[in-house]
Amino acid sequence: MNIKILGTVAAVALLAACSNQAATSTGPVSSGPVPGSQEDLVANVGDRVFFDLNKNALRSDARITLERQAAWLQKWSANNVQVAGNCDERGTQAYNIALGQRRANAARDFLVAKGVAATRITTISYGKDRPTALGSNEQAWAQNRNAITSVR
Amino acid sequence: MTRMHGDDISRESLAAPRGFASMGRRTLLAGAAGLAAGGGLILPGRALGQQSAEITVDRARAEPIPIAIPNLVGVGGGDTAQLGRDMAGVISNNLARSGLFRAIDRAAFVAQGAGDVPNFANWKVIGAQALVTGKVESQGGDRVRVEFRLWDILPQTQIQGTAYTATTSNWRRSAHIISDVIYERLLGEKGYFDTRVVYIAGSGPRDRRVKRLAIMDQDGENNRFLTDGSALALSPRFHPTRDQIAYMSYVNNRPRVYTFDLGSGRQQMLGNFEGITLSPRYAPDGNNIIMAQTRGAGSEIVLIPVGGGAPRRLTDAGGGAIDVSPCFSPDGQQIVFESDRGGDQQLYVMSASGGAAKRISFGQGRYATPVWSPRGDLIAFTRITGGIFAIGVMRPDGSGERILSESFYVEGPTFAPNGRVIMFWRETAARDARGNGFTSRLVSIDITGFNERQMTTPTDASDPAWSPLPA
Repeated sequence: MNIKILGTVAAVALLAACSNQAATSTGPVSSGPVPGSQEDLVANVGDRVFFDLNKNALRSDARITLERQAAWLQKWSANNVQVAGNCDERGTQAYNIALGQRRANAARDFLVAKGVAATRITTISYGKDRPTALGSNEQAWAQNRNAITSVR
Repeated sequence: MTRMHGDDISRESLAAPRGFASMGRRTLLAGAAGLAAGGGLILPGRALGQQSAEITVDRARAEPIPIAIPNLVGVGGGDTAQLGRDMAGVISNNLARSGLFRAIDRAAFVAQGAGDVPNFANWKVIGAQALVTGKVESQGGDRVRVEFRLWDILPQTQIQGTAYTATTSNWRRSAHIISDVIYERLLGEKGYFDTRVVYIAGSGPRDRRVKRLAIMDQDGENNRFLTDGSALALSPRFHPTRDQIAYMSYVNNRPRVYTFDLGSGRQQMLGNFEGITLSPRYAPDGNNIIMAQTRGAGSEIVLIPVGGGAPRRLTDAGGGAIDVSPCFSPDGQQIVFESDRGGDQQLYVMSASGGAAKRISFGQGRYATPVWSPRGDLIAFTRITGGIFAIGVMRPDGSGERILSESFYVEGPTFAPNGRVIMFWRETAARDARGNGFTSRLVSIDITGFNERQMTTPTDASDPAWSPLPA
């Protein structure tokens, strides 16, 4: 987790540097994320795909996102990524870790099939221990059944 | 004098005071059975000492035994009087929490006899059926001698007399040992008070949850955090000798099973696996650990020596099924685990050497986290039916399923070493999008489904594992 936090800090620092430059230069400058960064992936590609309850099959919306991720990874060929599988809180812990790994593998396999080198992708499962939505309702659970791609 | 419980506490028998015959268990049983109709020491349920796979609810519903536990008397000054009060408090709390005893309110006590022989009439009049007396005597330095006697009020007999010599710092442990003796002598089965519980202490918001390995006495005292929280910790289990824990840790962002030595604090990754390793449990002989490793789309059950070494694969993830949460039968001959090989999570039993597995869960819903009772007669599990989570038990052949507790979320039963009490954890739903309202608590319950009690822990708690009794 520390690595991830450091990564975010570095990216924020880069962003800050960017906007400082923008402030001193003339004319309108887009202050979007640094191309090829995690923020770029999140904002312009989509860093995560979602799964149905207790499933690891890639839905059509997930395939569209992963197609874009594959293209982005081919463009930014120096980027290695981690794909983390996650589950909602409505399952038992050990099973959810294995299910999260299934989801991470499903996303990884798709990226590899689209031409991304398998060596650039690591996978992990957090089971239900790293939810992004903190509520206890269907909407939160749907958000937490995911595979999240992050630049390492 | 017998050395026991490491070298900390030694024990000697105490003859009954002059004029009293000390009664062995056999005599007591005969006496109690004969007196039951006349209101003697009521021994709830079946005959004592009978080892049976049958659980009857009779015993649970029987009236708890009213027992008087006055303060142990301090002898020789110092802090002996305080120790005597504290020990009586721990014993009283243990017995009352079991649900099988009722500690009589001290305000009702008529007299606390000064001599070794109680004034039975004074205890009888307040309804006591059993009485605990004792004294704490300084032995110089930090050593004390604790004398304890257990009395049956109606027949006016001493059931047990024992003296313990221990260091002052071991007073709490001594009180647990005495509690176990009382429990065993009056109920005919081993107690579980001189035990500890390892669990996971949770704190912080759930998207950045800190999960630490923690340990406490079975009554919630002596809580200690064993890891600093820098890595997620999950699913700790006790080694049969109680000196090592196996658990899962996300150290270096690499989720694997570790062993943690309680004496030295040293931990070690178990084996060198490609996939995630999870849900460990020790074999009853303590030489091996059984756990799951992810491979491909599934996970499989593997057996590995405690010190690491060549793993043996007992199920095959090649078909893509998730096999997790294996647990040995107490005789080491069989393994129960959960698998979704049939479509969804169900319980299966196979030989300890692997091979064909037989499904045993056939009720409504999904079944998970099986754990075999130390008595061998039951398997406890988590069941998920229509969005409701439940803790239940069934016989090892799948028959006789009973649900003990259900709610929004419960998981992970663990048996007390006598197979009589189960601990699990319960979570409450968040009531808003920020996760407020979420709690996670340890809960204990009698296997008959009565006497449900929430444990007090310093933080949120989950993943309990009950230790065995000391060898």
